[in-house]
Amino acid sequence: MNAIQNVNGQPLTGGKDASAERQAGKRQDDAPLLSVRDICKFYAPGKGCGDVSFDLYPGEVLGIVGESGSGKSTLLSTLPARLQPDSGQVIYNSAQFGELDLYACDEAERRVLMRSEWGIVHQHARDGLRMNVSAGANIGERLMAVGERHYGSIREKAEEWLTAVEIDTGRIDDRPSQFSGGMQQRLQIARNLVTHPKLIFMDEPTGGLDVSVQARLLDLLRNLVSQLGLSVIIVTHDLAVARLLAHRLMVMRRGEVVETGLTDQVLDDPQHPYTQLLVSSILQN
Amino acid sequence: MSSQLSSQLNKPATQTAGAEGYNFAYLDEQSKRMLRRAMLKAVAIPGYQVPFGGREMPLPHGWGTGGMQLTATVIGEADTLKVIDQGADDTTNAVSIRRFFAKTAGVETTEHTADASLIQTRHRIPERQLRNDQILIYQVPIPEPLRFIEPRETETRKMHALREYGAMQVKLYEDVARFGHIATSYDYPVMVNDRYMMDPSPIPKFDNPKMNQMPALQLFGAGFEKRIYAVPPYTKVMSLDFDDYPFEVQSWEESCSICGSDHSFLDEVIMDDAGNKMFVCSDTDYCRERVEQGFTAENPEGQQGLTPEPNQSQQERKTQDDTKAEEMAP
Repeated sequence: MNAIQNVNGQPLTGGKDASAERQAGKRQDDAPLLSVRDICKFYAPGKGCGDVSFDLYPGEVLGIVGESGSGKSTLLSTLPARLQPDSGQVIYNSAQFGELDLYACDEAERRVLMRSEWGIVHQHARDGLRMNVSAGANIGERLMAVGERHYGSIREKAEEWLTAVEIDTGRIDDRPSQFSGGMQQRLQIARNLVTHPKLIFMDEPTGGLDVSVQARLLDLLRNLVSQLGLSVIIVTHDLAVARLLAHRLMVMRRGEVVETGLTDQVLDDPQHPYTQLLVSSILQN
Repeated sequence: MSSQLSSQLNKPATQTAGAEGYNFAYLDEQSKRMLRRAMLKAVAIPGYQVPFGGREMPLPHGWGTGGMQLTATVIGEADTLKVIDQGADDTTNAVSIRRFFAKTAGVETTEHTADASLIQTRHRIPERQLRNDQILIYQVPIPEPLRFIEPRETETRKMHALREYGAMQVKLYEDVARFGHIATSYDYPVMVNDRYMMDPSPIPKFDNPKMNQMPALQLFGAGFEKRIYAVPPYTKVMSLDFDDYPFEVQSWEESCSICGSDHSFLDEVIMDDAGNKMFVCSDTDYCRERVEQGFTAENPEGQQGLTPEPNQSQQERKTQDDTKAEEMAP
């Protein structure tokens, strides 16, 4: 799998093979985009996630897998500080603000990041879209939020992105409620990518879609990730999705990380009993 | 302005002027104090919505109880009150509110914009330019301009606090996408003093330019939602738009069938079952004044020897939108 990388946090359209470099230990010039240290967020004992630490580098795709209730989604909401953790620290290397402690910084800064440098793709497209305004407005909203005030260029960019996610530009004035589930999901992705974020949080982006639509969406995502040099944290319980998209995997169970490693390594040579169970429970053909 | 307001605040309440058994202007003095505090805050932060403890008024919510509470609070014995409803002095809502204050406060009322010191309005700004010694009080149904895009109050407050107004532009985008122009014709969102996004209440966007740098104090009361906001005199009020779709006000090919005005806001009135219609000034006082000055539909330039009154609201509009004002100019 080819990963495209940002050098010094600058977005690229072409790039080098990140994972190969990382394996060879050649990484020296860039700092991690996101450093997560000992994040704990429990709703009740055993419910939530605890002691999670990792570094995410520019251009890297990190998969978080595990069973339902293992704390994956909690972790994903806690990272961009949409939930306040019980303890822990997340340092984000922002292009606008420099190194930022996400839980200690101003909410205003986090919200600026949320609409410029980050994207959040929800499991249910309805949660991430404005269902009562047109597809074009959905894509244009982030542009307008960062100060774009020219209708013509908003429209142009919306059309560009609809094309990029394989939605007919003729549908630009239709509401998302008139779209199929797969189209809604793709629209949600376009809406997030329009401001060229550096980091995307995805929660089960293929959940609830049929397999052929899933395959196309995954293909699209993989292309976009490599073209734009995005860093992605993707939560999924589908190991096939993880294998296809993620460079690195984190396996969670009962709120704790039980195994981490390169995707192929974790899936082909699982060490922890739970990971072994998880891998062996996929239908083999 | 502050001296103007504080002179109102310090006016002692008397039992003599109003109706027997009621406090002056109906509201009790403690409620007025609370409202005045909210009002002072609103004036100090132009465009910011200040919550207040809404009181029951002897009128259903949605009939102007917000505006009435403000009027009851700022009104003094020396005031002259004018109440308009969609520009007209003689509609049910206007008549009953005017009579309410005539009864409970014993103040003088008038239909003449120039003679009023206090004007409570529902959905119009008078055509005649207001003065620095006048107060305009709006009745507001929905004070939150961002409500269309964000239903959560906690979130809209945060958006105001952080000046996250990009989402508001979505509404205008939808208009242009669907109709080819910004079709929002009333309740048109404005930016006050380059800081707060404000809902101007459902006045036609024709009136938006009048809010900019208006000499009179503008107070907004939402009875249902229990919010007060204000625009102090001579404050910048700009309407939102796109760079390539600038803000424009309505214009008519017709002119008023009574006074011949071609520059005021016109109401379309259906005359019979055959669909015949006429256009008349929405501001009845302005229309009457013009007729008194000798303007008629047949003679829109006015009688000889009478010079038309300079329309200052036109000049005002020019500062906001030169191109449009030129088109509209008589």
